[in-house]
Amino acid sequence: MVTVVPATISARALRKSYGQVKAVDGVSFEVQPGEFYGILGPNGAGKTTTLEMAEGLRQPDSGEVTVLGVPAWPRNQKLLKRIGVQLQASSFFERLSAREQLQTFASLYGLPASRADEMLGVVGLEEQAGIRTEKLSGGQKQRLSIACALVHGPELLFLDEPTGALDPQARRNLWDLLRQINAEGRTVVLTTHHMDEAETLCDRVAIMDHGKILEEGPPAALVRRLDQPLRISVESGLVGADAARALAEPDSVTDDGVSLTIATHDPGAVLAGLADQHALTGLRVQGATLEDVFLNLTGREYRA
Amino acid sequence: MSMGSAFRSLSRAMFLGFVRDRAALVFSILIPVLFLVLFGSIYKSTSTPRVSVIEIGRVGLLDQARSPQLNKIMTITKATSPAAALEDVRKGTDDAAVRQQGNTLVVRYSIADSTKSAVVNALFSSIVQQANLAATGRPPAYQLAAHQVEDVSLKPIQYLAPGLLGWAIASGGAFGAAITLVSWRENKLLRRLRLSPVSTGSVVTARIGVSVAVALVQLVVFLAIATTPYFGLKLTASWWMAVPVVVVGTLAFMSIGLLAGSIAKTQQAATAIANLVILPMAFLGGAFIPLDFAPNWIREVSYVMPLRYLVTGMQNVMARGLGPVSALPAIGILLAITVALTLISIRVFRWDDI
Repeated sequence: MVTVVPATISARALRKSYGQVKAVDGVSFEVQPGEFYGILGPNGAGKTTTLEMAEGLRQPDSGEVTVLGVPAWPRNQKLLKRIGVQLQASSFFERLSAREQLQTFASLYGLPASRADEMLGVVGLEEQAGIRTEKLSGGQKQRLSIACALVHGPELLFLDEPTGALDPQARRNLWDLLRQINAEGRTVVLTTHHMDEAETLCDRVAIMDHGKILEEGPPAALVRRLDQPLRISVESGLVGADAARALAEPDSVTDDGVSLTIATHDPGAVLAGLADQHALTGLRVQGATLEDVFLNLTGREYRA
Repeated sequence: MSMGSAFRSLSRAMFLGFVRDRAALVFSILIPVLFLVLFGSIYKSTSTPRVSVIEIGRVGLLDQARSPQLNKIMTITKATSPAAALEDVRKGTDDAAVRQQGNTLVVRYSIADSTKSAVVNALFSSIVQQANLAATGRPPAYQLAAHQVEDVSLKPIQYLAPGLLGWAIASGGAFGAAITLVSWRENKLLRRLRLSPVSTGSVVTARIGVSVAVALVQLVVFLAIATTPYFGLKLTASWWMAVPVVVVGTLAFMSIGLLAGSIAKTQQAATAIANLVILPMAFLGGAFIPLDFAPNWIREVSYVMPLRYLVTGMQNVMARGLGPVSALPAIGILLAITVALTLISIRVFRWDDI
């Protein structure tokens, strides 16, 4: 017996132009219930416009997008109650405390003010409840804005660059929160240009550029598909460059005086050879990352 | 269902945002009140100019004419010497020097201040005529009864209070709407609200409600200060009609702010546009310079200034003692301005910067 679960988001052949610029040029994707889905792309790739069409903020020129089985356009108040959107850390009412922000957002969804304290607990901001949002740290603001997006218990959560300008501790802390939200069964759609973030959080990612999806799949599968050599490095001086070249058929061998690095598609043979020669001190094995996939697809050229 | 609660909590959020904003409080309440106190004190005693007269030697006619009414408008000091007295008149320390030569009253005055020189001339010619009349020993055959068309209590405060209040309400409405719109667009709160099930109507009405409440607070504060005995504002019978004038005035100036905020990309630009509109209006629309005393060209220009209608509408019912109906043309014009500007704003409005 097969039960067909409808996709949480189903976008078909979305197109949107601003004047001569084709911001989104034929984008189709599906997000399944409970999935953590990432949309990656350089600035101007069209990810924001794609997201705006999925959120029901913009009408596609052509194509259609359904969210939770309902067309996203036109603006549908019933649908908006089932989705949560986190925009930026600063999308707050001026001069309100963390608790007052949450109370205000709760009431927009017809929920009692008591919901605010519950949400402060979820994102760990109980101690900051009475502090005005302008005085919160960057990480605290992000947590609060996620709490505001979650206040009505949405089935689907959109996150736009959630860890923008956070320090490494705050980022990891926030990742834990996002994983927890996803583990509760909520579908999460994330846009980011932090590849490590997408790699650790997302079940599947779509890489966009010039208004099109270039590649889509689980991060690990995309990395594997790239078929880049593995980079094995050990301390310099343990084994000569020529001996290293003889180990298997490495793609390249370099020695910068600190580390000897062997790039290879046959890591087993190289590692076994190095082990035979007791030359494993300082061993590091680096594979390709999502960032390599991304740069490979979108190019290394700097775009402002 | 949740419309009411959303509206209430949005109003509360915006109201808290306002009262916690010191700059907004200073600009909408404190500075207008300071202007009122300042202008009110300056113009307090200038309704009839007082003249100071130096008496050289003994002036019998003057002693004869002395009465409490005369003392109210004329101060008399004795001269130390005739030369010093003339010097004082030349310098403007005193307005006239007077001495009596037989049956002739000799008055020396300066034309530097035309109003005062006119008062001095009129005053002394009336003193001489009264003396002549008294010399005939007969009752006067003709009498003059002169009355001001305005309420006798029409002191400067009667113009100043509605004028400055109009300016305060205009700035509050225009800046409030413009800055809220631009800052909410900038920080994406506008978009966030659009992604919640709340209706645009609730957001707009909540914002209007807060601005109208602030304007009514301005009205109460102004009336409380201006009606103290020190300033002496006398509210006329239909003063309550100022309340609807204040409400539609707030709407009209919020629509100016809405247009400024729709056109402007940044808060600075929105503030600059609102200033550019409001400040000239304060001078040309009867707020700082009462139109009754303003040069003709200002009076003509004032007809295109929305502020004129807010100020004159309030003056008519608060200070001039005209009936409630006298405020209706102003209310109509302010409503028309609101509708026209809001329609234009809807065309140029953006939810966010693209």
